[in-house]
Amino acid sequence: MAYKLNVNGKVLTADVEPDTPLLWTLRDTLGITGPKFGCGVGQCGACTVHLEGQPVRSCSTPVSTVGEKRITTIEGLGADPLGKKLQAAWAEFDVAQCGYCQPGQIMSASALLKAKPRPSDADIDAAMSGNICRCATYNRIRAAIKRASGQPVEV
Amino acid sequence: MTLELTGTSRRGFIQASASAAGLLLAFQIAPKAGAAEAGVKPLNAYVRVAPDGMVTIMAKNPEIGQGVKTSLPMLIAEELDVPWENVRIEQADSDPKLYGRQFAGGSMATPLHWEELRRVGAVARAMLIEAAALAWNCPAGECSTDRGMVIHASTKRRASYGSLAGQCAGVAVPDARSVAVKDPKDYRIIGKATPQYDTARIVTGQPLFGIDVRRPGMLYATYEKAPVFGAKVASADVAAAKAVKGVKDAFVVEGGENLSGLLPGVAVVGDSWWAARKGRDKLAVKWAAHPTSAQSSAGFAKRAGELSAGAPQKVIRKDGDADQALKGAAKTVKAAYAYPFLAHVAMEPMNCTAEFGKDGKLEIWAPTQNPESGRQLVAQTLGLKPDDITIHMTRCGGGFGRRLSNDYMVEAAWIARAAKAPVKLVWTREDDIKHDFYRPAGFHFLEAGLDAQGNVVAWKNHFVTFGEAPDKPASSAGMGPNEFPGRFVKDCQVGVSTMPLGVPTGPLRAPGSNALAFVHQSMIDELAHAAGQDPVAFQLKLLGDQKLVGEGPSAFNAERMRGVLKAVAEMSGWGKTKLPARTGMGVACYFSHLGYFAEVVRARVDAAGKVKPEKVWVAVDVGHQIVNPSGAMNQVQGAAIDGLSHALFQKVTIENGAVAQNNFYDYPVLRMADAPPVEVKFLKTAYPPTGLGEPALPPALPALCNAIFAATGVRIRELPVDARLLRT
Repeated sequence: MAYKLNVNGKVLTADVEPDTPLLWTLRDTLGITGPKFGCGVGQCGACTVHLEGQPVRSCSTPVSTVGEKRITTIEGLGADPLGKKLQAAWAEFDVAQCGYCQPGQIMSASALLKAKPRPSDADIDAAMSGNICRCATYNRIRAAIKRASGQPVEV
Repeated sequence: MTLELTGTSRRGFIQASASAAGLLLAFQIAPKAGAAEAGVKPLNAYVRVAPDGMVTIMAKNPEIGQGVKTSLPMLIAEELDVPWENVRIEQADSDPKLYGRQFAGGSMATPLHWEELRRVGAVARAMLIEAAALAWNCPAGECSTDRGMVIHASTKRRASYGSLAGQCAGVAVPDARSVAVKDPKDYRIIGKATPQYDTARIVTGQPLFGIDVRRPGMLYATYEKAPVFGAKVASADVAAAKAVKGVKDAFVVEGGENLSGLLPGVAVVGDSWWAARKGRDKLAVKWAAHPTSAQSSAGFAKRAGELSAGAPQKVIRKDGDADQALKGAAKTVKAAYAYPFLAHVAMEPMNCTAEFGKDGKLEIWAPTQNPESGRQLVAQTLGLKPDDITIHMTRCGGGFGRRLSNDYMVEAAWIARAAKAPVKLVWTREDDIKHDFYRPAGFHFLEAGLDAQGNVVAWKNHFVTFGEAPDKPASSAGMGPNEFPGRFVKDCQVGVSTMPLGVPTGPLRAPGSNALAFVHQSMIDELAHAAGQDPVAFQLKLLGDQKLVGEGPSAFNAERMRGVLKAVAEMSGWGKTKLPARTGMGVACYFSHLGYFAEVVRARVDAAGKVKPEKVWVAVDVGHQIVNPSGAMNQVQGAAIDGLSHALFQKVTIENGAVAQNNFYDYPVLRMADAPPVEVKFLKTAYPPTGLGEPALPPALPALCNAIFAATGVRIRELPVDARLLRT
């Protein structure tokens, strides 16, 4: 079935089965590989994208449920000033080790800052604990979120 | 470390001697990659200089998150004397003729390349100087360089590297061994915190990883293997799989019996991965009976207990008479320690893309830590010539030792050939957890004695592990005779017994050490408490006042260990901090991968028994120079937290010959809310620089468990930590 998807401000058509997860539609059909496959069951957060600004696990979101909602992936996040700020903070703190989970981490962080522009440590714990970083770059993820939200950072 | 290089040098290219590995070859053979770029002159296999002065440096080793794609080129760029902002880095293919061994393992990148790659840069710099000196008709010795320029000071002549690179072809290649290298005080790149080269691409989600590879006409594959390792396919409904929309092919692969090779299974190939995945659900595979289908973690533990009652099958260390010393001891402590199998769970599931050309040659894109062994495995299994296989190394979404094995590579190659199309094989997370090369479980039966002054006077360990025999342990299941406190206790006996195992095992980050540190450093903490002494002071006393104990590769530098222990005690306010109830600090130290590490963990245990690590302090001695302080800090922080994750959460259980766990919901990884701040101090000592990917991990586990003891009085002797033991 052909689905018209609004991805990063562009309408793209994907001819896929209705139960196809948004993740695989993005990756295999549309060639948008920033969202990553990590677990397939919404446990690790590597596939996080935004639907209408809300973070969702694209591995567990059937394409048929997306409709006309605006999809933002890591590739499109830089168009948003806050997203850009987060990406810059991630680069400033050299957060990544392997880097595989970081698109999902940044997407979750961006949703957090939209909801809470100056998150506390507890807010960060709550919002970011759905994203696994197997390299355990958590200290730097926290620092980058604080920097992007204009808060003092202990390094 | 010394460089085995010949002094032979002549105009043109130097000759490689049999003893000279990658470096000489690097100069002898012109590079392939990018050499055809207009006007870009390769100086050697690692360095190309463009007319505009941009320098391309090849990253030789697999990047798994340990940062070598940045740190190894930093070594070359430093001695080449180019500004870092003018450096472009390209990932090399697997090409040992050009680059020698290319692998990610053992935290060896820094110690193996510290000398060699700086000299690659220094040789290239010397050639540029020589080219300028020839052009200026002056002695090379009068020329110097400054960030991409050759300078002749007395005549104030300057020439950019870009303008000189084309003139290097006729320049003699100097002897890498004698070429001048910088005084460290002049470093501009080494020792400066440098963000990973791929940072901008990572944070914008650009395709970098194996799983991101796309080829024209590519199909997607999934591969189902038996839950019991190596069981054959009895039947599978491939027709049902093929009936699923988008599935292009489905077939049984007979496979072999080698658990690290191509195992029996069923492949499903589709025009999308999701189609293949749905096809797989229809297979209803029945697996043949297999001799290992009765094995279980519970059975192993029972058998280990039985073996512990008898004498070890082999005594690997016997100093003095431990039994006699135990009899004479003022106090003895007897303890059985155990740890489980562990999976690696790299974030990027195993995957590989394979494509056969019309000429029958094979091209592979793989996130691999060990491409050459993959090449050999694929060549042997498919009957190809190794030279007919090209391996492109992609960035790896984590490695941790898992990608030293190339089972997924041979599967992709086999499936691509059978499917007659380029194929990207992607494993599910369940495939990854159920088909790993596990950190082996292990069992230690310890007894130690103290004299009246609290000195350790006897140490006995009966280690029950897996393998055909104590001399033939399963992969990563062995223990050397010098495990600390071996050599530091006069009456010491260490014995080993083995049990057969039908589960594949292999190295997991800090192999051996990641388990042995927990056992030995916990037991030493038990002894400190039994002696009524402070654990830091107790361990310092045990380390004695010697400098070096043992020689050569087995040498243990007690002075360096005392150094990090004292440093971590100071950093953490050890013994000077008043802690709330059910909060404790624990200390541990460990030597592995040539590095000396001491760590303190402060942890709080709530009434339900949940452990919250609140802070970690790490003191590091990896020699006189940190190559990239940013990457180094990240490695140490990550490894320490990884160790906490092992200790608190992780366990693979074998039931009915198969792994019981499935995904992150039953094989948890530590998350943000449990991640403590990790404070790190790098001590600068006189020793050569060594690696950081692994050695910060092992001490984190016992430091945490020792903190739990300090907080609760409960000794953790089995991992992972069981919260039920810690409830109030």
